[in-house]
Amino acid sequence: MAKLSLLDVYKYLPQTNCGECGEVTCMSFASKVLERKYKPTDCPPLVKDEKYRDKLQALSKLVAPPVKAVVIGKGNVAVTVGGKEVMYRHELTWHNPTALAVDVSDLDPPEKIEEKCKKIEAFRVIRIGQELSLDLVAVRAASGDPNRFEKAVEVVRKSCTYPMILCSLDPTVLAAVLRKPEVADSKPLLYAATKENWREMVVLAKKYQCPLVAFEPTSLADLKSLVLTIRNAGVEDIVLDPGTYTEGPGLKETLNKFVMIRRAAIKAEEEGLGYPILGVPAVTWLDGGEDPVKSYEETYLAAVMMARSADILILHTLQPYALLALTTLRQNLYTDPRKPVAVDPGLRTFGQPDENSPVLLTTNFALTYYTVANDIEAQGNTCYLLVANTGGLAVECSVAGGQLNASVVKSLIDESKIETKVKHRKLIIPQLAARLKGDIEDATQWEVIVGPRDSSEIKEFLKKVWPPEKN
Amino acid sequence: MASSKEDPVNELIRKVLDLVQKFGEIEIENVELSAEEFRLTFQPVVQNVVRRAEAALKAEEKPPELIKATFTPYLEKFPGQIVEVQIGATKSEGGTRGKVVKIGGERTMPFYSFEAANPNKPAFAMDVFDMPIPLAKPVKQMVEDVMHDPAEWAKKCVNKYGAQIVSLNLVSTDPLLEDRPVQQAMRSVENVLQAVDVPLIIGGSGNPQKDPFVLSKAAEVAHGEKVVLNSVSANMDYKTVVKAAKEHGHTVVAFTPMDMNNQKRLNRLLLDEGLPKNQIVQDPTTAALGYGLEYAFSLEERIKLAGLLGDEDLQMPIMAAASNAWGAREAWMKVEEWGPREIRGPLWETVTCVALMMAGADLFMISHPATVRVARKLADSLFGEGTCEQKIENWITSLK
Repeated sequence: MAKLSLLDVYKYLPQTNCGECGEVTCMSFASKVLERKYKPTDCPPLVKDEKYRDKLQALSKLVAPPVKAVVIGKGNVAVTVGGKEVMYRHELTWHNPTALAVDVSDLDPPEKIEEKCKKIEAFRVIRIGQELSLDLVAVRAASGDPNRFEKAVEVVRKSCTYPMILCSLDPTVLAAVLRKPEVADSKPLLYAATKENWREMVVLAKKYQCPLVAFEPTSLADLKSLVLTIRNAGVEDIVLDPGTYTEGPGLKETLNKFVMIRRAAIKAEEEGLGYPILGVPAVTWLDGGEDPVKSYEETYLAAVMMARSADILILHTLQPYALLALTTLRQNLYTDPRKPVAVDPGLRTFGQPDENSPVLLTTNFALTYYTVANDIEAQGNTCYLLVANTGGLAVECSVAGGQLNASVVKSLIDESKIETKVKHRKLIIPQLAARLKGDIEDATQWEVIVGPRDSSEIKEFLKKVWPPEKN
Repeated sequence: MASSKEDPVNELIRKVLDLVQKFGEIEIENVELSAEEFRLTFQPVVQNVVRRAEAALKAEEKPPELIKATFTPYLEKFPGQIVEVQIGATKSEGGTRGKVVKIGGERTMPFYSFEAANPNKPAFAMDVFDMPIPLAKPVKQMVEDVMHDPAEWAKKCVNKYGAQIVSLNLVSTDPLLEDRPVQQAMRSVENVLQAVDVPLIIGGSGNPQKDPFVLSKAAEVAHGEKVVLNSVSANMDYKTVVKAAKEHGHTVVAFTPMDMNNQKRLNRLLLDEGLPKNQIVQDPTTAALGYGLEYAFSLEERIKLAGLLGDEDLQMPIMAAASNAWGAREAWMKVEEWGPREIRGPLWETVTCVALMMAGADLFMISHPATVRVARKLADSLFGEGTCEQKIENWITSLK
């Protein structure tokens, strides 16, 4: 959406302050629309009341992002892609994290397809309180045989709840599976319309109300022509695949196209390119090759595409190191840059610490704090944790930059009144802050023990050094 | 279309009537005939009409052609340019390096080659330490045999691992480690300069009291070699280092912890000391993948954009220590369900590195040879080098 003011939004609201949305006033609802916390349809009267229909339509148009948001799948596993409003994440934030799909082939035996699907759904990692996982299964009609594809899709549906991308350039193959109401109802993404098959693909996408990929690797003019055509024929939910090459000049071309498409949508508001972008790092495997080399290559190429605002990536690898790196990168890039990077400094307790419990030190960088706090908790340690105000910097940076220093620690000890809570005067500091040991001891008269490098080692470390009398 | 259950004859008649009306071939308005009568009475006429109708139907069913479109990329014209910094000097330039490396000089965002040609690829330096230090296992495995000797270590990085620059870190001078005297630490500088002919980055130990002495002495020892002195910050005696850099012709890294305004301020301070703009590299702090990478990513993008838009104080090339990725537990910790750390570790560093390449970093510090290899290959590709034989049109069926 363009730069809007509060009043731009407010004038389309009922202005009754009815409170049905959960906000006290329409004005506060408007401000949350600007922050992208609410959509126009989150205002119940706007949706329910016939007399507001024009307002709802106008407001929806006003706040529509230049890159259309497209939904794949249905229910609680549905994935929204696109909806981007800016080129760079610092300008606002990137919405709708890149959806990660892994491919399965209908040439594989059913047991193998089942196994792969289960692995896809089983991949889960908890990082900083968030569960990271994959999103989609891309089923490839590698056989070209409608019957075989139908069976493979059946196996996928039974072994995995994720929405599907149905991949075949042959409309009769896709038609064969879409005929089944349960497949069409699951709202798969159809891959793909080309300049050869678009007539039939458009019929399928419209008949079954499924989003459709436009695949045209020749040029962006040709891609645009294909998109305008299928849009003109009545397909609204479109995803763009400008073609993914993963080596040499082809790779350069691919990434340039990603940027040009996004620029065209956001800066030039160009018709026909304001849709999510799909990349296929899986083509890294086109000429065969083996793990770990190919997974490694595919992963960093996928990372590069993600940094260039790809909205969907179809992967081939299922190696945990690859998926861990990519889901972590996605979490990083899609973090709201407006979110504070710091937690409140001060004293935290874990378990029920007493006057003999150890006292640890860390900084108030949110990531550092949550990592340390999660580890302390998970390991079942009982202790105090002093959180120093480093202006939201991690340990290593704040030691180098001087934000973590002896006087900060001194005032933290004073303000937290930790000296009234423990009998001892021993402070365990992170190993990365080891160089501050002398200074802190001079400033606070506490004894400083240099702790482990990583908070995952706190329990083992405490076993060795706590209680101190043991030594 | 009519449903298939409709009587074929009726269907035919309906179509014919529709078409006839449309084309005005014959007047059959107000004519009411049963199907049977129609067939019997007007057979020859109908046949004729049907033929025409079929042809017309075909024409109508033939769906529209592709809508023609053109595409012109939206181009930005940036008024500013990033300065070019040369690292290393050849004999004719007053040094002894066999190769030099140029970084920076961008006219547009990294690798936006549709918009403008940036002159230089990012460059990759490998870390060497002047004493054996604890290293993550996957890194240690690569250099274990040379860790006792910085010169051998440097050679291995250049000759075997493809490092374009050696980043020698004089950590032994740290009062908390060996507290090696400055003069003694210079032996490693001399030895490494002798052992390899690529340019050098010379780092201190990070001790703000001692580093000014270490770095200014190193500047003197490496006179004329155009090394990069790594680094100065606002909370240390940067003036001493800047003075030495000017005197001996080196570049200085301006390090600030994750803040664009502080970076701008420090860069300005160095400029005010009379250090030429093309002898400054900025390091706004590198956070690793999973540990704040997004801050480094956006900060680098913002700095690069600001420089391109004309902010004179932010037009220096950017340095990123991708090797910080080894601080992440995902890189070094043995966790079976995450896969072998021998792969996972370097991949963690590689992903940190390539993400920041996209954001705008020009000079990288790397610990693992795998990262150097793939990042250099990626940079080559993004400059259009190499070949691409991939046939992707049928990737759905041809993927192995």
